[in-house]
Parts: sequence; structure tokens; C-alpha cells
Amino acid sequence: MWSFFHKLGSPPWLYRIAGTILRWLLPVTVLALCVGLAWGLLYTDPDFRQGNSYRIIYIHVPAAVVALAGYYVMAIAGAVSLIWKMKMADVALKCCAPVGAALTFIALVTGSIWGKPTWGTWWVWDARITSMLILLFLYLGVVALYEAYDNKEAAGKACAVLSLVGMVNIPIIYKSVDWWYTLHQPASIKFSGSSSIDPSMLYPLLLSIAAFYALFTCCLLLNMRAEILEREAKTGWVRKLALGDGG
Amino acid sequence: MYFDSLGAALAMDGHGVYVWSAYAISLVVVVLILLVPRRRQRRFLRQLAGEQKRQQQGPTTGLEGS
Amino acid sequence: MSAAAQSPGAARFCLVLLRRQLTLAVRRPIEIGNPLLFFAMVVALFPLGLGPAPDQLAGFAPGILWIIALLSNLLTSDTVFRSDFEDGSLEQLLLAPQPLFLSVLAYIGAHWLLTGLLLALVSPLFALMLNLPTPALGTLVASLLLGTAVLSLVGGIGAALTVGLKRGGVLITLLILPFYMPVLIFGSAAVRNAALGIPATPYLAIIGAMLCLAVALAPLAIAAGLRISVDA
Repeated sequence: MWSFFHKLGSPPWLYRIAGTILRWLLPVTVLALCVGLAWGLLYTDPDFRQGNSYRIIYIHVPAAVVALAGYYVMAIAGAVSLIWKMKMADVALKCCAPVGAALTFIALVTGSIWGKPTWGTWWVWDARITSMLILLFLYLGVVALYEAYDNKEAAGKACAVLSLVGMVNIPIIYKSVDWWYTLHQPASIKFSGSSSIDPSMLYPLLLSIAAFYALFTCCLLLNMRAEILEREAKTGWVRKLALGDGG
Repeated sequence: MYFDSLGAALAMDGHGVYVWSAYAISLVVVVLILLVPRRRQRRFLRQLAGEQKRQQQGPTTGLEGS
Repeated sequence: MSAAAQSPGAARFCLVLLRRQLTLAVRRPIEIGNPLLFFAMVVALFPLGLGPAPDQLAGFAPGILWIIALLSNLLTSDTVFRSDFEDGSLEQLLLAPQPLFLSVLAYIGAHWLLTGLLLALVSPLFALMLNLPTPALGTLVASLLLGTAVLSLVGGIGAALTVGLKRGGVLITLLILPFYMPVLIFGSAAVRNAALGIPATPYLAIIGAMLCLAVALAPLAIAAGLRISVDA
């Protein structure tokens, strides 16, 4: 068991195993995404109250769920990097941030587009969208902090501390914004199907959520492979790889 | 399929613009986050290979080489 | 320096640090005055931008006052550790035997005494300029006293993480504004309710709870951040 963790700390091993995982995970992800989204888009009945615009849920909810989960993955990688001083955990942390930010962006844009036919405006400061916006700022903060440091090792540690602080704060922020919203809009509009969602709508949604989790993992591994190569540029195995590959 | 024809699927009773634009933007972002790291990796490997080839060709100008 | 002198205990060391920070700050009164001046000028910006109608201003006054207090705090948050970082005393502090947790609290405490406390005491004046109803003034001061303490602690985290960076100034804003938001939400809600005559104690209690959490956890993050910045 411990040898597994020891191997995780070795860059060439991690690079290879990430490649192996990606070889089957990428096609699975693409397939799951296509099936889940096509199913939700074309093969389900429209919502009783919202009509066909509710179909955006099949992208909005998975993106939002995975964006939030991704922050926790990043924070846990940060904790691992600080406690066990694993450099590869640093790499994972650094690679989570842009992917998470992209998914949060998708959640925000789809949420906003969904809002237009539902509530008539492009942007509504409701609890969920406001919390997503703050999550985007948290992600961008990590990206900005990493870029600001010249010493990449210190950058990783600083981002680990920042993402841990963010992890503690996310429940506080969520609850505060939620409470703030109910204070100002007592008659809140609930997305239909949140409590009693029809199974025919639930299954494609679950598939899409699973597909987005897989997508996050793929992007994380792809980014980690690129980052590992750049960090280990001076080592023998990378130089050999370049000659064998990029020639 | 819920929709009777391709036209109906595109229009979606007036909501088609919203649904399809949301899906299109998301698709673009998803493709980007999948392709950008790949391109970064390939470009880096190509650069490193080029560097090494130049070093192997030996110092032609007498500058310090490693 | 007597070699036989014992190093002071943690509490005494903190008080010494606190007094040192306050003395250093008092020697440059302009720097204490800056955030207050900022507060005053931005208070004028809002009627200029929104129109001088008294009841409109009164309606927005709790939020406006809280936002400006937050921004003033943001302005000074960068300076908590910077001067000590630049002359090397921060490095000495990290090597000191006294626990960094408490030393950090001394720095933040001094920062709060010089910014948050003064802001809270001065705020009724500007509140009157924005037509905030008089019953809310007490709650305004109380919410600012508690809230700016949280802001100082959270700001200290951002300061610790960016103190070693050359262009850290704007970055710290990006980092800590999301963490400022819950304080803003409950602080302005407290004042708004007080203006309506509803008791605001629950909101003050929530800010108090945030303060307890911040006092317990923020120094850990600040200490970690300082070590990272100094070692970088």
C-alpha cells in the first residue's frame, strides 16, 4: 500500500500511468458525454413549466457539481502536498485550477442562458449563480497566485494554503449567499424537478454528471502529463522521450 | 425521439436559440480544455527534441555547450 | 544584549510586538489617516453617482457604508507584513522561539486597532451624511467593530501569501474578496434590520461566530503563508 504512494511521487511512473488511464478514459468520456447529452437533448419530454429550455440542465448541473467537487479535489491535493510534501500533489493542485475554472465558467454561462427564457433576464443574482460566481473567483485566485510566484515549489505551497482556506470558506460562503438570497426574495423560484424529478429526466442527468466527472479527470491527467514533462525537462527520461517522440 | 423533425429539434418551440447556444458554447469550452494540454505537451516535446538535436550537432561557433 | 537574559514568554512577547507595531504606525500618522480619508471621499462618491435623494440614500446606506469599510480595509491589508519583510525582521520572527500563532495575532491585532477600530468609531459621522436612521448607528458601530476584526484576520492570510511577491498589491484583492463576502452579507443585514427597528443581535452573533472561527484558524494559515513567503 505504501509502495503505491511512494510510486505516486515518482514523475515518470505517474506520467506513464496517467497515459494508460487516458487511453481508455478519453473514449469513455466522449462516449458518455455524447450519449448523456443527446439523450437529454432529444429523447426526453420537455418540462411541464419550463418547456424545452430546461434541457440546459444536462450541462448546467453536471458542470456545477463537478466544478464544486473539483475545488475539494484541489484542496485535498493541497493538504497532501503540505502534509506529506509530495511534489506530484503540487502538480495535481496546479492542474485542477484551470479545469475547475473552465467548468465553473460553463455552469455560469449555461445558467445565465437558462435564466433568460425562464425569468426574462440574462443575469439573476440568485443564490446558486452568485455562489458559482464566487467559486469562479476562488479558482481564478489560485491560478493568479500560482503565476505570481517565480519559485514554482513555493507557488505550489502557497496555492495549497489558499485552496485549504477556500475549502473551509466555501460552506460559509454558500450558506451566507443562500441566506442572503432568501432575505431579499422570499418567493424564490425553484427549478422544477429539483425534488420530484421524473426518472426519465433523472437517468440522462446522472449519466451526464458521471460523464463530466470523467471529463474533469481526463483534463486533469492531460494537464498533469504536460506539467510533469515541463518540470522534469532536465531529466534523462524526458529527454529520451522527446527524441523518441518529437523527432 | 421527442421531436418530429430536425426543424422541430432546432426550434424547440422558440427555446431552441437558448438551448443550442448553451450547448454550443459548452462544447467549445470542453473541446478547448481537452486539446490545450495536448498541444502544450506536443509543443514542449518538439521544442526539447529540437534543442537536443542542436546540441548533438556539436558546438560550431565555439560557444560553451553542455 | 545580555546572553543570560531569558527569552520572554509568549504573552509578554505578543504585547511587546503589539506595542512595537502601534508605535511604528503612530510615527506615520498619514498612513493611519489614509483609510479614513478614503472612507470619507468614497462616501461622497455614492450620492454623486446615485443621486442625492435622501430616502434612496437612506435605503442603500447600510450597504454603502459596509462596502466602503470593506474596501478601506482591503487598501491597508497589504501593508501588515510588508515593511517587516523588507527589512528582514519577519525572518527573525520566524526564527524566534515564541509560537508564531500568537505573534501573528499581535500583528493583526495592531492592524485592527489602527484601521477597523478607527473606521468603526468614525462611521456614525458618515452614516449621518447618508441619512442612516439614528437607531441603526449603534448597530453600525458594533457590526463594524466585529466585522473589521474578521476582515483584518482574513486579509492577513492574503497578505502573508503575497508579501514576498514584487507585484502582490492587486493580487491580494483578488484572493481575499471572496472571503470578505459573508462578512459583508451579515454586516449590512445587521445594520439594515436595525434601521427598520428589528433587533439585529442574531446577525451580530453570526459575525461574532465568524470572528471566533477566524481567530482560531486564520493565524495558522497566516503562519504557513509567512513561512512560504520568507523561504521562497
